[in-house]
Amino acid sequence: MSLETQISPKYAVQMRGILKSFGAKKVLSEFNIDIKKGTVHALLGENGAGKSTLMNILYGLHRADCGKIFLNGKATNIRSPADAIKNKIGMVHQHFMLIDKFTVLENVILGNETTNKFGILNIKKARDRILKVSRKHGLNIDLDAKVEDISVGMQQRVEILKALYRDADILIFDEPTAVLSPAEIEDFIRIIRKFILEDKTVIIVTHKLREIMNSADKCTIIRSGINVDTLDITEKTCQKDLAQGMICSFTGSNVKRDKFNPGNVVLRVKNLNTKNEKKVLALKNFSLEVRAGEILGVAGVDGNGQKELVDSITGLLKVESGTIEINGKQIQNTSPRNVLDNKVSIIHEDRSKVGLILDYTVAENSVITKYRSANFSKHGILKRKSIRSFAKNLIEKYNIKPNNCANIPARNLSGGNQQKLAIAREISNEPDLLIAVQPTRGLDIGAVEHVHNVLIEERSKGRAILLISLEIDEILQISDTVCVIYNGCNLGEFDRNAADGKKVTNKKKSDKRTLDEKETISKKESDKTTPDEKETINKKESDKRILDEKEIGFLMMGGRKNDYSRKIS
Amino acid sequence: MTTVEKFLKKPIFSLIFSVLLGFLVSSIILVITGYSVPDVLQSLFEGVFSRPRHMANVIIKSTPIILTGVSIALAFKAGLFNMGAEGQFILGSVAALITGSILDLPPVLQVLAIIVSGIIAGALLGALTGFLKSKFGAHEVITGIMFNWMALHFSNFIVNLKEFHKPNSASTFPIKSSGFTGIRSNLGFLKDTSFSDILKTEVNLGIIIAVIVAIFMSIVINKTKKGYEICAIGLNEKAAESAGMNVFKNIIQVMTVSGGISGLAAALMVTGISPHSVSASTNFENNGFNGLAVALIASNSPIGCIFSGLFFGGLLYGGRSVQADVGTPSEIINIIIGVIIFFVAIAKIFPLVVSKFSKKNCEENHA
Amino acid sequence: MPSLLFILSATLMYSAPLVFAALGGVISERSGVINIGIEGMMVIGAFAATTTAHFTGNPWLGFVFGGLAGGILALLHAVACVFLKADQTISGVAMNLIGPGLSMFLCGVLFDGNSTTTPIKNKLPKILVGSDIDIASLMSLLLSVLIWFVFSSTKWGLRVRAVGENPAAADSLGISVSKIRVFSVILSGILAGFGGSAITLGIVTQFSSSCVAGQGFMALSALIFGKWKPFNTYLACLFFGFAQVLSITLNSGSESVLPPVILAILPYLLTISVLIFFVGKSVAPKANGVPYEKSML
Repeated sequence: MSLETQISPKYAVQMRGILKSFGAKKVLSEFNIDIKKGTVHALLGENGAGKSTLMNILYGLHRADCGKIFLNGKATNIRSPADAIKNKIGMVHQHFMLIDKFTVLENVILGNETTNKFGILNIKKARDRILKVSRKHGLNIDLDAKVEDISVGMQQRVEILKALYRDADILIFDEPTAVLSPAEIEDFIRIIRKFILEDKTVIIVTHKLREIMNSADKCTIIRSGINVDTLDITEKTCQKDLAQGMICSFTGSNVKRDKFNPGNVVLRVKNLNTKNEKKVLALKNFSLEVRAGEILGVAGVDGNGQKELVDSITGLLKVESGTIEINGKQIQNTSPRNVLDNKVSIIHEDRSKVGLILDYTVAENSVITKYRSANFSKHGILKRKSIRSFAKNLIEKYNIKPNNCANIPARNLSGGNQQKLAIAREISNEPDLLIAVQPTRGLDIGAVEHVHNVLIEERSKGRAILLISLEIDEILQISDTVCVIYNGCNLGEFDRNAADGKKVTNKKKSDKRTLDEKETISKKESDKTTPDEKETINKKESDKRILDEKEIGFLMMGGRKNDYSRKIS
Repeated sequence: MTTVEKFLKKPIFSLIFSVLLGFLVSSIILVITGYSVPDVLQSLFEGVFSRPRHMANVIIKSTPIILTGVSIALAFKAGLFNMGAEGQFILGSVAALITGSILDLPPVLQVLAIIVSGIIAGALLGALTGFLKSKFGAHEVITGIMFNWMALHFSNFIVNLKEFHKPNSASTFPIKSSGFTGIRSNLGFLKDTSFSDILKTEVNLGIIIAVIVAIFMSIVINKTKKGYEICAIGLNEKAAESAGMNVFKNIIQVMTVSGGISGLAAALMVTGISPHSVSASTNFENNGFNGLAVALIASNSPIGCIFSGLFFGGLLYGGRSVQADVGTPSEIINIIIGVIIFFVAIAKIFPLVVSKFSKKNCEENHA
Repeated sequence: MPSLLFILSATLMYSAPLVFAALGGVISERSGVINIGIEGMMVIGAFAATTTAHFTGNPWLGFVFGGLAGGILALLHAVACVFLKADQTISGVAMNLIGPGLSMFLCGVLFDGNSTTTPIKNKLPKILVGSDIDIASLMSLLLSVLIWFVFSSTKWGLRVRAVGENPAAADSLGISVSKIRVFSVILSGILAGFGGSAITLGIVTQFSSSCVAGQGFMALSALIFGKWKPFNTYLACLFFGFAQVLSITLNSGSESVLPPVILAILPYLLTISVLIFFVGKSVAPKANGVPYEKSML
């Protein structure tokens, strides 16, 4: 927006010319924003667009390289969270900033304790005050429960209480619904709408359209650190407008997709039950199949069993019951090594923590899953020369930059090139099954496209690909089949209409190809669904684009399939 | 980045800088307490280099700490802090003593038997530490400390058994002489040469074995599949595990070998250096802890341990003559080493300081 | 057979230095900084205490200076660990070299090249005239109660615990992680110094290279055995002290039921068993040993 709004007390927050870079990477450039008092203002943008950074600057966790912040019309210096708290700003982080072993009460008062003059805590006084605040806002919670024992929704309440206890007038929520169930989300929206009545200001950082439609008054769209637009959210605002603004970076793949022609089942997971670290059942009778030449996308909100699914398949996690077969051979409860030997390769979610050994050179990293083969070692001695030339091949083939990097530590590569290396290595194993977990996390647009192209290419070569992603758009874009994981269960699979290849090509020429491409996804309900449901969905053919995303989104949030059908009919 | 800057950011520079700072801080302490720094340094230097005998003694003194250094460096490569090297050493020496006292084999076999028993004792303790780490997640530093003291008390117990205890002393009887590895008697031909001085020392085969072990470990770490796995586990355990490496097995293996090397160091000391016995003590002899310093100064390179071990051994030996000549308490050496280790601990900041400094320079130039 | 009263008072006496040092360790580790340099801090405290007591004739002044010396050494550790993001174990190793090195060096300088100080004339007093219970024993008991109270019921305790569990959360509430950690580590050094002083001013009367002899490491065991809780740690120290007394008295007696070596080893064996049995259960402070750096996100 070129129109400079005047600095005025009408606005709770105004930020002007905010500039921030981490190292060489510019995250925010000349960012301006106005947030009106007494509104719910959403910040919408893709991962890495800079929205969290902006809020961390407002909360004093980061300091802008340049720029000014005005609170209620007054220029304010916020150098630390303490400054922000003093200025009545409260923030609820995406990963809650709670101390698990403390009680709710201790968490709320920490840093702002009521004490006598000797520093001895006055718990009673604090309790009374917290109760007063929580009653006023309808935030019922057991103050003496330990945080580690309460649900995620309750933990969020503790965070909100923390802010209110400090008399916050401006509340920032970073991805508040990422881990909440639908009921909890409703609760959350009710609570924040109530704040507005007291003239408090709420800022929500999110990349989810639906929440914005349901809760916000205004919405600012951020793309690559730039304020693209600020819109009023009214009845008439269309999700499409928002999405267009936000995800124009999201391009269709340019690889020609062969017709979907699945072969034999490569991975068969059957009635899998697995416990997570906390010894709680994280996968419940989970089943899925991936065929050769198929990309199966697993959609779902973080923490619904994706990690356990991957760890069970790769042999890192013990399976309680059920089977995992690769090409008909059971591999559950063996070892990561046995799984690898059965021609399974994994592109890990976190390349810096699991995928690569950053202090190893690129060459050393290139053979980390196959240094045992006779090509790279003999009688226990490594063949450094062949390892190096192998790495050089990969570097050339996958265009890893800088191109003479075989002997430098992987740490010195950029994130995108590290990921290229990790992917190149796994693909070079020529696996039967390729598992890709959040393969584009934290990558820039160009790199994302590259990764998608590679995955589709591998699919065309007849590999079975299991794609697990939190980005529903990514899943919709490149998968042949989509399934939804919620609370450790597989809620059903949806085939992408691959017969529609012609349509896909046509759409590519249009400008709004991203959104349109989703139209091509039609729904062939898996055999589990009743004919009734199939009918309902077919009737709504015209709304299909939104339906696809919404239905999957709905399921991801824990809605039942039948409920959904009822709602739309 | 200029070449100077590049050089200043290298680990070796951080190390040199740490060593210099160690001497600098100690010099300041010397000045404050009224000693002449040049006198002390001169005496230290002469104490090491003035006569072949001194140099030989430095080598003898360095042998055990080179080996414990290699032992600790190897564990470091797998991400393990083998604080328990002291205990492994003690157990090794007890085993060597028992074997050397009870068995009575011909010379070469006797020595072999003693060395093998020392290695096994140290290796068993190391293996146990590794097992507790990989099975139960018990931190090797804490268990190492506990095992050190348990080993010390056990050693004192053995020393005081009447089968081994030498009456009216704090130590045991020496092992059977067939287990001695001194090579003085074989060097008679040097008697009238300028090397005769060396004959006054207890030259033994230990140093040769120490160097061989260091080189061998260096090859294992840098050239072999096993070394590749060990370093991968040390740098990123999760990545190593999901790449199909058996972390559980590797940790136990590394700790077993590491303990074995510490035990070897002990056995070589018992066979090589008089009184060829073990003494009761309320405190550690620090062969393991000094190995820690050796490994840290060598940046965990086994070959580097040879040099840092000699450096450390030289300081320890030279420290005695400092006390004798200048009257400065020999503990100044411990201060030097302590300060060096302190700076090694914070070595991460040296490159940052260099960056900051050069940035500042840059800005000034531009202004 | 020694009387029960004797064993009791001896247990209290031998455990007092452990209590001081272990409680110091509790504070440091609860704030998230591992301090294996306690041993070195005890040694330098023991030396400073005896030296001061020798030259001034006042054991109380010695006690204070013992604490100060430990605190100064701890300051080095704190700066390294908190501001310079040092490896806390390596820095602790350096402390264990510098502390005893400096003590023995200065001992040689001040006492004509001797490796021990001249025995002091006045020890710390007993609680009651005629009784055998050391004043340091009483102080150590009071201190453990005090620290328990500070941890559970004061602002400062709440903040230290928060910083050790989740420094990012504390930081987001405007609490200075560095300040709290530096303060805690220095305090742990002061207490370790007191612990050293309690040895040379209460139990033995002179400083020597072996007067501390691993008590710092035993204190470290005690705090693990006490699961990082002040009062549990106190009890662990009493138990370890008791084991020490038994091993000494049994050593002197000719007929013994238990070989003394078992008693000497017992505290360490128990500590290892704690580490094994509480596997997976988060007894240690969550952020213990992890330098805090503001994240880049």
